Amino acid sequence: MSQTTHSPLKTAFFSALLVLAVAYPVLGLKLTTVGIKLQVHGASPATLWAIAACAVAMFFWQLFRDRLARAWQSAPRLPKIPARVSNTLTLPSTQRRVIMVLIVIALAWPFFGSRGAVDIATLVLIYVLLGLGLNIVVGLAGLLDLGYVGFYAVGAYSYALLSHYYGLGFWTCLPIAGLMAALFGFVLGFPVLRLRGDYLAIVTLGFGEIIRILLRNMTELTGGPNGISNIDKPSLFGLSFDRVAPEGMQTFHEFFGLSYQSINKVIFLYLIALLLVLFALFVINRLIRMPIGRAWEALREDEIACRALGLNPTVIKLSAFTIGASFAGFAGSFFAARQGLITPESFTFIESAIILAIVVAGGMGSQLGVILAAVVLTLLPELTREFADYRMLIFGALMVLMMIWRPQGLLPMQRPHLELKQ
Amino acid sequence: MPELNHYLQLLIDGLSVGSTYALIAIGYTMVYGIIGMINFAHGEVYMIGSYIAFIAIAGLAMLGIDSVALLTIAAFVASMIVTSAYGYSIERVAYRPLRGGNRLIPLISAIGMSIVLQNMVLLAQDSRGKSIPDPLPGKFDLVAGGAVSISYMQVFIFVITFVAMIGLTLFIARSRLGRACRATAEDLKMANLLGINTNNIIALTFVIGAALAAVAAVLISMRYGFINPNLGFLAGIKAFTAAVLGGIGSIPGAMLGGLVLGVAEAFGADVFGDQYKDVVAFTLLVLLLLFRPTGILGRPEVEKV
Repeated sequence: MSQTTHSPLKTAFFSALLVLAVAYPVLGLKLTTVGIKLQVHGASPATLWAIAACAVAMFFWQLFRDRLARAWQSAPRLPKIPARVSNTLTLPSTQRRVIMVLIVIALAWPFFGSRGAVDIATLVLIYVLLGLGLNIVVGLAGLLDLGYVGFYAVGAYSYALLSHYYGLGFWTCLPIAGLMAALFGFVLGFPVLRLRGDYLAIVTLGFGEIIRILLRNMTELTGGPNGISNIDKPSLFGLSFDRVAPEGMQTFHEFFGLSYQSINKVIFLYLIALLLVLFALFVINRLIRMPIGRAWEALREDEIACRALGLNPTVIKLSAFTIGASFAGFAGSFFAARQGLITPESFTFIESAIILAIVVAGGMGSQLGVILAAVVLTLLPELTREFADYRMLIFGALMVLMMIWRPQGLLPMQRPHLELKQ
Repeated sequence: MPELNHYLQLLIDGLSVGSTYALIAIGYTMVYGIIGMINFAHGEVYMIGSYIAFIAIAGLAMLGIDSVALLTIAAFVASMIVTSAYGYSIERVAYRPLRGGNRLIPLISAIGMSIVLQNMVLLAQDSRGKSIPDPLPGKFDLVAGGAVSISYMQVFIFVITFVAMIGLTLFIARSRLGRACRATAEDLKMANLLGINTNNIIALTFVIGAALAAVAAVLISMRYGFINPNLGFLAGIKAFTAAVLGGIGSIPGAMLGGLVLGVAEAFGADVFGDQYKDVVAFTLLVLLLLFRPTGILGRPEVEKV
C-alpha cells in the first residue's frame, strides 16, 4: 500500500512540501480590500510559525513512521476499557436506564437552572428532537438524507403561516405541522427512494435547497427573505404566559394568583420541548421493536437480502422517511413558536449538516448516543464564544475523524444478535 | 429579428458558463468512474482555486506587475498547483482510509471535509466577498448594433476550456498513465494484479480533477470578478448535476452535461426569472436522477451482491 519504491527521505520531504502547499497560500496569505484595490498581506507570525511547525512535524513523522509505529506497539498500553464494561454500555437495557436518569435530570432542570440555562436547554432539546428524527432515516434505515432541514422548514412555516393568516394556536398547528412535513416527506420520498444511497443523498440535498429558495422567493405568501415575525407563543389550556393577556384570554399568573415572572414562559417552552422529545423517544422505541423497525435495520444491512425475503424496500424506506420527516415538522413548529421569527436563512444546508453531525457522532441508530451528542455539540458553542467561531470547522473535522476511526459512533447500541460459539 | 438575437445571446452566455461547469464536472466524473464515490469536497477545491487566483493576481499587482497576460498565467499556475495539492491531500486524509466499505461512509467523510475546507477559508480570509476589476474589458459585436455580442472574457473561456478538454482527452486516450486510468476505472482489482499502482492512479484522478477545477475557478473568478467562501457549495452541486446529466463516470458526458446545464440555466433564468436560476439546476438534477439516472452517455449499472 505504501510507496515502497521511494526512499523514506523523499516521501518525508514530499509530505512536508505538501503541508506547505496546502496551508501557506490559504492560511498564510490574507486578501484585504483597501479602498477599491485588493491587497495581499501575510498572516500573523504565530500562524506562519504554526504552519512551519506542522511541515517540520510532518517531515519527521514520515521519516520515522515505521520506528514510531514499532515504539508505539511496544509501549506499555493504557488499561483498555474491559470488554464487559463496553458490552454493558452498549446493551439496550443499560442505555434505556441511562435515558431514564437523563429524563429525571431534564425534568428537574428548569426549577434549578437560571433563565439563560433553561433557554439553552430548550435549544438543546430541539436538536435532540431533530437528531432523533434524523436518526430514524440515517441511523436505522441507512438512508442518507441531506435535506432534512427542508422538513424542519415545512414544519416551521406551517405553524407560522397558519397562525399568521388564520390565527390558529400552537397546539392545533403542532399536529398539522407534523402531518404537513410527513406529507412532504411522503410525496418527495415516493419517487426518490428507488435511487441508490449516494444519489439519494444528493437528491434530498437538492430538495432541501429548492424548499429554501421557494420560501425565499414566494414573497407574497412567506414574506420572502424577511420571513414571518410576531408568531404567537404557545398557551397552556388557553392561559397566556405574557404579562398582559391578549383579547379573550387569561394570563397564567393571574389565573393561579401568582406574581408575573418572565422565567415562567421560558420554563413552559422548555417543558413543551421536553414533552416532544419524550413523545419522540416513546414512539421510536416502540417502532424499533415492531416489524417495521426491524425491517428498517434489515434493509440498512442488506437491501438485496431483504428483497429476497419478500420485503418491499420502497414501502419500508418510505415509512422511515415519512416518520423521520414528521419529527422534523414537530421540531420546526416548536422552533417557530419559540423564536417568534423565522426566515429562510434559518434552514440552510449547514443546519442539515449539524443534525447529521449529531447523528454520526452519537452512533447511528443509538438513541442515547444521539441525545448525548446533541447535548455536547449544542452546548459547546454556547458555553465558549471562542469555540463558536470554530464550531463548523470542528463539526466537519469530527465527521471525517468519526468515519475513519469509529464509523459506528461513540456510543453505538447493540442489536439483538446471537453469537456462534466456536 | 430581436427574438432570435435574444436567444442567440442566451445561448452564448449559457455555453460560456456551461463550459466552466464542464471543467468542474470532470473532477466528479473521473473520481466516480474509478472509485464510485461522490467527492463532495470538490466544490470547495474549486472555491480555494478562485481564492488562490485572486491572491496571485493581487499579490503580483502589488509588486507592480500589470501585464494582463502575466497575471493570468500566474493565476493559472498558482491555482493549479495549490488545488492539486489539495486534491491529493484530501484523498489521502479523508478517503483512502475508507475505501472499500459501505458507500455512505466516504460520502459522510466527504461532507465533513467540505465543511472543514469552507470554514477554514472563512476563518482565514473572513466572510466578506472580494472583488477585482474585469481584466479583459470589451466585446465583439456579432450582430451589428450589439444585439448579440461575445465578450473577450467569454472568448477566452471558450479557448481555454477547449484547450484543457483536448489536452485531457489526449492524455486519457494516448498516454501510458491515461491507459492506466482507463484500466483502473474498468476493473480496479484486475488493474492492480497487472502491476498498475492503483493507489497512485486514484490520487492522480483527484489531482487532475482539482487542477481542472482550478482552471474553471480562474476563468469564472476573472469573468465575474467576485469571490466569497460560500461559492463552492453551489458550484459543486451544479457541476455534479452536469456530471450526472452527461452520465456519471463518462468524461465526454461531463463535457456535454456542463454545456447542456449552462444553456438550460440561461434559458430557465430567462423564462422564470433570475432568482429561480439555481432552482433550474436543482430541478433538473432531481428529475434526471428520477427518470434517467444513467445520464445521456452513461452506462447502466448492475447491482451486484
